[in-house]
Amino acid sequence: MSAVDLLQLSVLIPLLAAAGIGLTGKHQNLRESVSLIAGTLLFASVCNLYPVIMAGQVVELMWLEVLPGLALAFRVEPLGLLFALVASGLWIVTTLYAIGYMRGHGEQNQTRFFAFFAISIAAVMGIAFAENLFTLFVFYEILTLCTYPLVTHAGTDKAREGGRVYLGILLGTSVAFFLVAIIATWLLAGTLSFQPGGVFSGDTPAGLLSLLLVLYVFGVGKAAIMPFHRWLPAAMVAPTPVSALLHAVAVVKAGVFVLLKVCLLIFGLETLREIPATQWLLYLAGASILLAAIVAMRQENLKKRLAYSTVSQLGYITLGALLATSAGITGSAMHIVMHAFGKITLFFCAGAILVAAHKTEVGQLRGLGRRMPITMGAFLVASLCIIGIPPTGGTWSKWYLLLGTLEAGELGLMALLMVSSLLSIGYLLPIPLRAFFSDALPADTGDTSVAVREAPWPSLLALGITATGCVLLLIYPDIIYQLIKAGI
Amino acid sequence: MLSHLPILQVILPLVAAPSCMMIRRANLVWFFAMLVSTAALVVSVLLLQQVLDTGPISYRLGGWEAPWGIEYRIDLLNAWVLLVITGLGTAVLTAARVSVQREMDDLRQTVFYSLYLLCFAGLLGIVATGDVFNVFVFLEISSLATYALIALGRDRRSLWAAFQYLIMGTIGATFILIGIGFLYMMTGTLNMADLAQRLPEINSSNTVLAAFAFIVVGVCLKLALFPLHMWLPNAYAFAPSIVTAFLAATATKVALYLLVRFIVTVFGVDFSLTSLPLQSLFIGLGLMGVFVASVVAIYQVDIKRMLAYSSVAQVGYMVVGIGISSVVALQATLLHLFNHALMKGGLFLALAGLVYRLGSSRIDAFNGLGRTMPWTMGAIVVGGISLIGMPLTVGFVSKWYLITAAIESDMWFVALLVVLGSLIAAIYIWRLVEAGYFREAPVARAATVGEAPLSLLVPTWILIGANIYFGIDTRLPVEVTGAAAQYLLGGIQ
Repeated sequence: MSAVDLLQLSVLIPLLAAAGIGLTGKHQNLRESVSLIAGTLLFASVCNLYPVIMAGQVVELMWLEVLPGLALAFRVEPLGLLFALVASGLWIVTTLYAIGYMRGHGEQNQTRFFAFFAISIAAVMGIAFAENLFTLFVFYEILTLCTYPLVTHAGTDKAREGGRVYLGILLGTSVAFFLVAIIATWLLAGTLSFQPGGVFSGDTPAGLLSLLLVLYVFGVGKAAIMPFHRWLPAAMVAPTPVSALLHAVAVVKAGVFVLLKVCLLIFGLETLREIPATQWLLYLAGASILLAAIVAMRQENLKKRLAYSTVSQLGYITLGALLATSAGITGSAMHIVMHAFGKITLFFCAGAILVAAHKTEVGQLRGLGRRMPITMGAFLVASLCIIGIPPTGGTWSKWYLLLGTLEAGELGLMALLMVSSLLSIGYLLPIPLRAFFSDALPADTGDTSVAVREAPWPSLLALGITATGCVLLLIYPDIIYQLIKAGI
Repeated sequence: MLSHLPILQVILPLVAAPSCMMIRRANLVWFFAMLVSTAALVVSVLLLQQVLDTGPISYRLGGWEAPWGIEYRIDLLNAWVLLVITGLGTAVLTAARVSVQREMDDLRQTVFYSLYLLCFAGLLGIVATGDVFNVFVFLEISSLATYALIALGRDRRSLWAAFQYLIMGTIGATFILIGIGFLYMMTGTLNMADLAQRLPEINSSNTVLAAFAFIVVGVCLKLALFPLHMWLPNAYAFAPSIVTAFLAATATKVALYLLVRFIVTVFGVDFSLTSLPLQSLFIGLGLMGVFVASVVAIYQVDIKRMLAYSSVAQVGYMVVGIGISSVVALQATLLHLFNHALMKGGLFLALAGLVYRLGSSRIDAFNGLGRTMPWTMGAIVVGGISLIGMPLTVGFVSKWYLITAAIESDMWFVALLVVLGSLIAAIYIWRLVEAGYFREAPVARAATVGEAPLSLLVPTWILIGANIYFGIDTRLPVEVTGAAAQYLLGGIQ
């Protein structure tokens, strides 16, 4: 099979899977095996692209040209491949988890759920492999639209209210800023294709580029830079597997990935460094990191706390991209992977706690560690990964990010990153520690008839896998590092 | 037979219109009207094919030679517009049966189809003919039929709306007639090609200038260009749903065609845009139309009226394209003519479905519509997305060309304002989404209301589907309009 076919398949497999899921909807086990098989096939084809890209080959694919110069086209480049690898790999794990969660929680409309899940993955693949901004924008919007039914899955008023904020902010920013920025890019540069070193010629006025950069940073609402972050906490009404894959991995990472790609391949690092707006946007990203971390500390609801933690961590990635140094970009791209593994594990744990112990608030988790040791253990490991201390992979990305701030001579931002790491210790670590070392709540100890046990085994297996991943990434970061190096 | 296509295009519906009165049974009349309009569609397809193959067709009515007799002249421009009108007219008519049944009694239904075909014939006649007096005659035929069609609305206010339009329309038509009279006085001919040849020699005369002014203002009245649009919102809001869809998809398009025809072919771009300050006037009025009408649309309670204001805004975009007056800009105008017909046709048909079930098109009728009428609501959303101009819909294609044209002519602010205008459209479309998906339907309604009947839904979705199809496979509209714009402005650019 040629590399182009693999690329074609990467986008089509999840779409076919969605059709398959729709057709086999009546038979649960058959339907879930469609998801799992499609996930495996997708991961395999993305993996097979890895050696091809590392060998420096160009893999391109053109679907159709809508208007002269505006084509739906794909090209594999290393950063996109990295994103696709993470998303497709974690799709399998999430499917596994979702099987346990959805059945354990007795959710309705599971066929619709799994089908839209698959379409979302197809959109993510489209974003990862997009050859130009036009294609990217199309899949970006598709991703917003087809995750909406997942967010509002419960169908309650609260879910719809959350969905309203979700759609409103993501569509609003993309139409008002992102699309405008894309059109302006076309008019200034005459192309929308991603190119190493950027597309703008040297004589483009810096003021215009500044404006453009601001439009991009705010337009990509999925990157959840404050003040356009509110959709993310609002989206927490979704079932936990959705929060896990989409709002820790696919959707938010699509956002920061787009920003990374725009910084690297539309502006180019040289240009980016010279734009006056970059400095201000760096401070904005810094503020976003710090404020979101502070807000996270005050959240009682576990999923809300994790959501604000995501907003804060996404700020790291944006900040790294805007630093416009090679270490900054490296750290930024690495954090996409590390945070993905860490946060998905945390959400898996939150979901497992909900299914097994029916608890959603942070205060209720005291003493739970003794009855759900695997879940809380995984929670501990993942927390360390987010904070960025050994023995987890998060260490590497924070390391490179700090290096990046040094390279750029931004000592203030470096201090800020340190402080926010301390804050993340403050809002994450107490949860597993209290679960293990505090006494259980009196209400729980008295009631022994409903013994709390671990979540269903598929869910447990899934969170075990991702937690192990967090640790393995400390030992084997090289695969990722090589890919990023090839990308820069 | 094939050589008589140009006249068949017009004469078929014209003769069929009175025949409707003899059939009387509503369903039969509808079927008969369908046959006629489908035949007209086939004729227009054949015509376009013929023009693409062999170039412009000239047809002499009754065999009289051109400057003396009436000539029907079909070039790429009107072949394209004919196709748009017959296509949309047929699609709307397909949906008409149930909606008309619901909104009118038996006798009126027969009258409705008769008037519909009459209006159809009038519009086609305006487009097909190459004779300016003939234009006036067909303009009157279609206008009179339109007034009556609007007055068929079941709300008594439709009478007032029809009367208002009658006054404004008559003023417009009179202006056009005065202009034509002046032209005849100065040149002694009514044939467009002939006029085009003779006018450049005498175009410094005040009479020609006056003729030009009368004609442009008259046509702009029919076009509902801001600030001559006052008749349109009422007419659209109170007319029967099907009539609104039909008018929105065809009537303003024909007026736009007339404007292009007079400005570009008859008077010539050199005269009308370059030596007169019309260029900036059109761009200014067009953009003001876009903004004023879009903002007003946000505050409308009746969604039919909201979309009517949106139509005024869209006319603004088309006129901006004429104002920029480059090949690409004219192409953008012609593209938007087609694209806007698809959007508004689809949207108003979807509204017809809503009115059919709920008897209202007010914003509160939309509450909870995503659950009770998912397909109708879906059509409105997709049509709305196209109206905003998102990629992969037709709305994007024409806006893209318009922006490109503005930049090529170094009009940055025009490009910027076009983009901003689309954002306002996003606001009023979002209102519908908000009501349809995020508000609850009244309890009493939820149980009783179902999806619109299939015979309404299918044509709606054909038009909405066309919005997406031609947004992805853009070859047909882009190639034809590109060639037409090149043909019209060929000498200059």
